Amino acid sequence: MRLSREDVLHVAWLARLELDDAEVERFTWELNQILEHMEKLKELDVTDVEPTSHVIPITNVFREDEVEKPLPREEVLANAPDATEDAFRVPRIVEES
Amino acid sequence: MEFEPVIGLEVHAELLTKSKMFCGCPTKFGAPPNTQTCPVCLGFPGVLPVVNKKAIEYVLKVAIALNCRINRHTIFERKNYYYPDLPKAYQISQKRLPLGYDGWLEIEVDGEIRHIGIADVHIEEDTGKLIHGEEGGFEFSLIDYNRSGIPLVEIVTKPEIRSLKELEEFMVALRQLLLYLEVSDCKMEQGSLRFEASVSLRPKGSSELGTRVEIKNLNSFKAVLGAVEAEIKRQQQLLMRGEKIQQQTMLWNEKLRITEPMRTKETAHDYRYFPEPDIPPIVITDEWLENVGKNLPEFPKQRMQRFVEQYGLPIQDAKLLTASKASADFFERCVSMLQQPKTVANWMLTEIQSLLHDDQIGWEDCPLKPEQLAGMLKLLNDGVISGRIAKSVLEEMYRTGKDAQTIVNEMGLVQITDEAQLRPIVDRVIAENPDAVEKFRKGDEKVLGFFVGQVMRATKGRANPQIVNKLVRELLKGR
Ligand SMILES: [Zn+2]
Repeated sequence: MRLSREDVLHVAWLARLELDDAEVERFTWELNQILEHMEKLKELDVTDVEPTSHVIPITNVFREDEVEKPLPREEVLANAPDATEDAFRVPRIVEES
Repeated sequence: MEFEPVIGLEVHAELLTKSKMFCGCPTKFGAPPNTQTCPVCLGFPGVLPVVNKKAIEYVLKVAIALNCRINRHTIFERKNYYYPDLPKAYQISQKRLPLGYDGWLEIEVDGEIRHIGIADVHIEEDTGKLIHGEEGGFEFSLIDYNRSGIPLVEIVTKPEIRSLKELEEFMVALRQLLLYLEVSDCKMEQGSLRFEASVSLRPKGSSELGTRVEIKNLNSFKAVLGAVEAEIKRQQQLLMRGEKIQQQTMLWNEKLRITEPMRTKETAHDYRYFPEPDIPPIVITDEWLENVGKNLPEFPKQRMQRFVEQYGLPIQDAKLLTASKASADFFERCVSMLQQPKTVANWMLTEIQSLLHDDQIGWEDCPLKPEQLAGMLKLLNDGVISGRIAKSVLEEMYRTGKDAQTIVNEMGLVQITDEAQLRPIVDRVIAENPDAVEKFRKGDEKVLGFFVGQVMRATKGRANPQIVNKLVRELLKGR
């Protein structure tokens, strides 16, 4: 499978990245390199290998349902580019979740 | 051609944990904006989410209660999208390995039992809340991240709901179950229980599925039923005209009572789910599963049947009492103190129910305690208060939280049973109503009730009616 220029632009849009023509060119080449490398892995026989989602062999890391002190609101909003007294403010985006 | 609707439902319920899904922030409703947040639920770089064990247990309860198969080895995944309600630009959710799958919920419509299939029961985190505004041409959104990271259970049905009636029964039964499990308060006005519906039509009798339309952001039973009904009509009209149904997402316009296409970008969503690397896999051990299963409460239907057998209640009363866990618990607690199930049921389903109705609250929020009702009924049994006074005492208990004896003492409501005290009142009432006395002489026994009523009125309901009845007869005969 080869990535096209359009694929790269689509992925860039999903990540809200703005790429110029040279960057699109470069990333198309680089991403294809990575994919080619992944293709190589397909040569391995993994019939008896369980699918893995995590590489470290630990499971069930939990916390108890206990309340901790939240951050003071001044600190929460301190680094926001724009905020009111009690809320973050951002330009309205039409697209809904 | 006749069409048949095919309806599916996605239900989100906020879990009743004290702290959030991946951090220790509190989950209280109604706190001032952005006062229940921390670096984890604000999506700061470099933070590490740690799973709230109770949230997993709650979802496990739901999955078992919905007769699901359980994924004993499960993981979290990232659902990626850019929208400001989500500070990380991804939501931690489950996709490939939901905690529960392939279950069912029983509903009853017109005496017929049906099982509605459950496709998926999984856990995910809630998003922040946006309030849209405009000032001098600048359209903005204000964001409150208090809700961000509150654990949710998402329940997805199979497209097996066939009518509005079934849809309503399903929602009622599911809410009832979640309340019985005590995993969510299901307060729709606070957004604790939210719905999305999918609707398609097909020729009656056909087994194919038509193009489905989703309706988002439905926050009450009424909104779901109204929206689905309107959407069925809209699709029916299109199909009758020979037009095609477009696959799209709609919103419910409550004012105009129509569904409208959502303003959204053309591109289809591309969530790029992948395993959440920050959270190690979760293994549900035999022991854990068994433990959760053992601690499930008695379910509504079983409890209803037990109420009929154990307390000799009519089915209708048993159904009403077990409609919520809170009312069923109230009943049993009260009966444990006063072994008169029918009396307790009657007072609950008439007087208390009407007080709750006036205040528009459910049994979960009933200010009256079973101890108070039992105490009041004992005073009534012992003849300390009359039946009429009992109603006022009940209302006073409900409003003030005081017990019956205190109210009776404070307000001087003790029943008058002393004949010497009642005799002059009866005398006076007879003297004041010569016409009625004349009627009685002519053999009209009905006026007896009139005299008793007058005495009760004169004593503000405190007179013992049996004694008044006896005195009225005596004194009338003596004339
Ligand atoms: Zn937090």
